[in-house]
Amino acid sequence: MAYSDKVIDHYEHPRNVGTFGKEDSNVGTGLVGAPACGDVMKLQIKVSAEGIIEDAKFKTFGCGSAIASSSLVTEWVKGKTLDEAASIKNTDIAQELALPPVKIHCSVLAEDAIKAAVADYKKRLGAADDAAE
Amino acid sequence: MNAVNSKKQPIYLDYQATTPCDPRVVEKMLPWFTEKFGNPHSRNHSYGWEAEEAVEKAREQVAAIIGADAKEVIFTSGATESNNLAIKGVAHFYKDKRDHIVTVVTEHKCVLDTCRHLEQEGFRVTYLPVQPNGLIDLAALEAAVDDKTVLVSVMAVNNEIGVIQPLKEIGAICRAKGAFFHTDCAQAVGKIPLDVNALNIDLMSISGHKIYGPKGVGALYVRRRPRVRLVPLINGGGQERGMRSGTLSTPLCVGLGEACAIAKNEMGAEAERLRSLRDRLLKGIQAKLPEVYVNGDLDSRIPGNLNLSFAFVEGEGLMMGVKDLAVSSGSACTSASLEPSYVLRALGLEAEMAHTSLRFGFGRFTTEAEIDYAIDHVVEAVNHLRAMSPLWEMHQDGVDIKSIQWAEH
Repeated sequence: MAYSDKVIDHYEHPRNVGTFGKEDSNVGTGLVGAPACGDVMKLQIKVSAEGIIEDAKFKTFGCGSAIASSSLVTEWVKGKTLDEAASIKNTDIAQELALPPVKIHCSVLAEDAIKAAVADYKKRLGAADDAAE
Repeated sequence: MNAVNSKKQPIYLDYQATTPCDPRVVEKMLPWFTEKFGNPHSRNHSYGWEAEEAVEKAREQVAAIIGADAKEVIFTSGATESNNLAIKGVAHFYKDKRDHIVTVVTEHKCVLDTCRHLEQEGFRVTYLPVQPNGLIDLAALEAAVDDKTVLVSVMAVNNEIGVIQPLKEIGAICRAKGAFFHTDCAQAVGKIPLDVNALNIDLMSISGHKIYGPKGVGALYVRRRPRVRLVPLINGGGQERGMRSGTLSTPLCVGLGEACAIAKNEMGAEAERLRSLRDRLLKGIQAKLPEVYVNGDLDSRIPGNLNLSFAFVEGEGLMMGVKDLAVSSGSACTSASLEPSYVLRALGLEAEMAHTSLRFGFGRFTTEAEIDYAIDHVVEAVNHLRAMSPLWEMHQDGVDIKSIQWAEH
């Protein structure tokens, strides 16, 4: 199967690979997929006091399209609010990377990873607020 | 890049998928396309006679590599046709007396699909499991064969993991129980010594393009004493003792014959050479990478195959990383099903490990320099992918991946 140039570029030069400290209260972590299915994505967002995503990191176990999808979304979420990030659609990811139909699930997983990271951040924030009260 | 790969073509390490035609084979074939174009079944003139002579010589060459008589070899279009003809042909001929077939879950799709087809016609089929090393349990085979079993079909060498089944023991069980023994030898002929009498084989499928011969030709060995009878799949002029009608392709038959003759001559020395290449590849990779596992038995295995799982990296992603190598992956991430290799799953491999496998197949034209290049290339790609694998990170942190509640999708 031929990959698009953008997929190959993200695969060979993945953006923002890495891990933030999970204990940081301003970090939200999304872990989606399953090893048995051949795809696992971990997406982390670092959020400012104003609710803006300042930084993002990923690690992915999967095919080139899965790696490219997660690498791409780390670029896209930066500078966005939580709601803006959570509204990124898998179809936008698939279109940007020119994913073939059999690889659409990779973009779906990347969308799920963003939503999971945002939800995790909100949960942690809520827990921190509760603790402060 | 390395001088080995100056051609800009990936290094071919997929010899179980197909092999290049040996130039010596092509040379023998060429005259039979042009000046010597006669129909080998024409009895009226010299064009036909010389073609017939060439086909019969090829038949003897094929017979010789498996210890058979030339009269017991019929030419087909390839191993898929041979497997279909052997299994359906025997099942249909003897259906009034026996209606049960025994095969193995790791067989090639053309055997499994043929058996499924026969099940729909009312035949009973037993699919034997394999042990974690890929070999069948002989006691399980013996228990599965009953007095209604007409055929046992077990491949000699598996196409994905290269393991060699215990043919002699299987042949003995079949003979004792009065069932015919068919074996798909597409991956075995020319790789390991085979003798149809010593192994009690009644039917054997042979492929041309797996042994440096042309694509589009194969053969089926059908025992004459005691006689095995078949209902043909293709009806017509009654060629090939009535078992496979249709005009034979003289150049293809000549090519298959020559491929067998070369393989018979060179098999011993070639096996030694390939074994040393495989040891070099395995040791080279394992010396530089932890968590690399061999799939399938390493001892009972053809020397030109190595199937490895690279834990915590996904096979298709890895294939993309080793783009200078032409290899296969057990991960079927490209297919809609997302199901990894059924052969690896049959070994009891967890799906996540099956997803991380690569098959290296090497052969007659593989060099030591290519193996060394492959080692470096694989190590580099695995390290690149592990650096961005969340599973590798968890493993490094001592997290048990099985303890996590994954959402299967």
